[in-house]
Amino acid sequence: MSSGLRPVRSATEADLSAELLVRMHGLMLKARLLEERLIQMYKQGDGYFWIGGPGEEAFNVPLGLLIDKGSGPQHDYCHFHYRNSGTLLAMGAEPIDALRQMKNTATDPYSGGRNFVGHYSRREWNVVPVSSPIEVQYSIAPGTALAQKRAGGRGISIVTGGDAGTAEGDFATCLVWASRPANPLPLLIIVTNNHYGISTRSEGQHGETRISDRARAFNIESKTIDGNDPGVSYRELAAAMDYVRTERKPFMLEAVLSRLHGHSSASGANAVLDEADCLKGFERTMEERKLMTRAQMDTLRAEFTLELQEAHKKVRDEPQPTGDTIFDHVFSERDLVRGDQ
Amino acid sequence: MSTMVQAIRLALHVAEERLGVTDIFGEDVGPPLGGAFTATQGLKTTWNSPLDERGIVGAAIGLALAGQRSVAEVQFCDYIFNSIDLLKQGGMIHWASNGDWNCPMTIMMPVGSGIRGSIYHSHSFDAIATHIPGFKIAIPSTPREAYGLLLSCIVDPNPCLFLVPKALMRVRSQPGEEIPGEPGDDKALSRLIDAPLGDRSKWQPQWPDTPDLFIKLGEARTVRPGRDLTVVSYGRTLPVCTRAAEELVSEGVEVEVIDLRSLWPYDWAAVKASVQRTGRVLFVNEDTEVTNFGEHLLRRTVDELFYELLAPPKLLAGAHIPGIGLADNLEMASVPQLASIRTAMLDLARSQP
Repeated sequence: MSSGLRPVRSATEADLSAELLVRMHGLMLKARLLEERLIQMYKQGDGYFWIGGPGEEAFNVPLGLLIDKGSGPQHDYCHFHYRNSGTLLAMGAEPIDALRQMKNTATDPYSGGRNFVGHYSRREWNVVPVSSPIEVQYSIAPGTALAQKRAGGRGISIVTGGDAGTAEGDFATCLVWASRPANPLPLLIIVTNNHYGISTRSEGQHGETRISDRARAFNIESKTIDGNDPGVSYRELAAAMDYVRTERKPFMLEAVLSRLHGHSSASGANAVLDEADCLKGFERTMEERKLMTRAQMDTLRAEFTLELQEAHKKVRDEPQPTGDTIFDHVFSERDLVRGDQ
Repeated sequence: MSTMVQAIRLALHVAEERLGVTDIFGEDVGPPLGGAFTATQGLKTTWNSPLDERGIVGAAIGLALAGQRSVAEVQFCDYIFNSIDLLKQGGMIHWASNGDWNCPMTIMMPVGSGIRGSIYHSHSFDAIATHIPGFKIAIPSTPREAYGLLLSCIVDPNPCLFLVPKALMRVRSQPGEEIPGEPGDDKALSRLIDAPLGDRSKWQPQWPDTPDLFIKLGEARTVRPGRDLTVVSYGRTLPVCTRAAEELVSEGVEVEVIDLRSLWPYDWAAVKASVQRTGRVLFVNEDTEVTNFGEHLLRRTVDELFYELLAPPKLLAGAHIPGIGLADNLEMASVPQLASIRTAMLDLARSQP
């Protein structure tokens, strides 16, 4: 489904090792169970609001595995939206920290109890603060990519968002700024297309055949892929990233995938049964290819479930931020540009 | 004697040479124009952006996150209204990440009336700016203040808004208010740093050696002392207040004029001390009067100084209308002018309990 500008060569299915597939399965499973636990926390009153990415694991986990994690322009900058929990897990985040943000505890490492769950932020990994307005990240990402273009090396900026958000002007901003002939930017522009904007289907709102077609007008290489297939996602992400890292130019990747618990707790967060489930599909493949048995997968599920149960219990007892901290960090005295830590 | 626009250019030169500024950008900021008001002529890190204010603010935030120091210009504040949520992002990054990330950037933009700029080149931005917590906000009233405040914004580890009163851009320094190192002769400075008309491709500015002069954000300046009345203003209306105060000397009224210089943080201690001496205070600015920043200052005055006041504290601000009309009479009637400021001062000075 390439846009037909210039082929970006992805690896063949056979190139993915059994070890990698098993690892991806474990992370996808853990990401799914994490989201289910977060939804449960919301429904039990251990959080005010849930939003996340169940159904996106087949795309988000490979993304996290392929990111060059670190601090500063030589590593990748991550401008995520609120459905990237699988990506964070694959990057090495501890699941309990997502629970802490859900429970808005003082120990929440991403915002100290200030922001919704899924609103990650981690400077040591270049994960810039996720914010609730859809698409603002598309206007901000060119800035980090600009610094990386100047710095040289292979660090890139990665921005993710949903299909509905591409209606916002920021998406056009991203396309224009990433592809300026005066200075094209090393920016991987990702759209996860679940065909929904909150509760509204895209068919009635978007006339474009594929969102990736919009890249053509800017001479940006692009592709639409099956984001429900972790093998496809891994291979296409690897190819797209290699292109951006090497050519220092933008690439747009549209991943078509499922949304398995609706938009957020605002729409109930109940399981959606009529969409393809990437985890179930991948588990069938793993069995068919004799990479894992059902029993092994069940054991793994039980282990992760227990781990998350324990984490949930632990987080319940952790302190909330106190009201006297509201003025903390309005302004910084620390100058990161100067090298303060 | 520099103009404010020349002072800004001198500061930006210092900032890119010695203070680590990597990018000065915005619409028409780079060659050939060097800024709609020529504030960015001849600088080495300037570049032109698409005509996209959201992109400009977004790129400045991104550069800040990547550890770069940038100065982004929005050509007129009237055009930044489409980017309010990005400004909010910039203002909340440090707080929302519980202190993990910083967003050090300076967004510079012309504000206010005074050039017959009609509906979309006359807006003020101080009221809205002060509704975006997390930003520091400076607004100069002289070339030297512009130089020192801009340098302070640039080295601050937080996002800063540098609001430039359009009406004062061509106003020259008064004797004694020069930037150290600038030539005293206007024409000499112009020959050094103003781009020639016509082909500029081979032109290189000759920068005078000016210092790292920082005017601290949050420190007001008492422009003239006075015993009868305190007037607190900033930006375009500040020199008008000073002139009105000078005129009132002949009426036997001594007005103390305070230039707030930065709106956040702001120098409440200076305002308070002055009002405690005079017992009367008038706040003057040209933004629309409803939920005006001066109203905040009024509220604080009432809260903290009520029993020390000799007369009700007053605000003189712009009319609460959607825009400033083009015709001379319309603009003059929309925002405080010398006559209305003088009248407001005199009325307050003569008001008896």
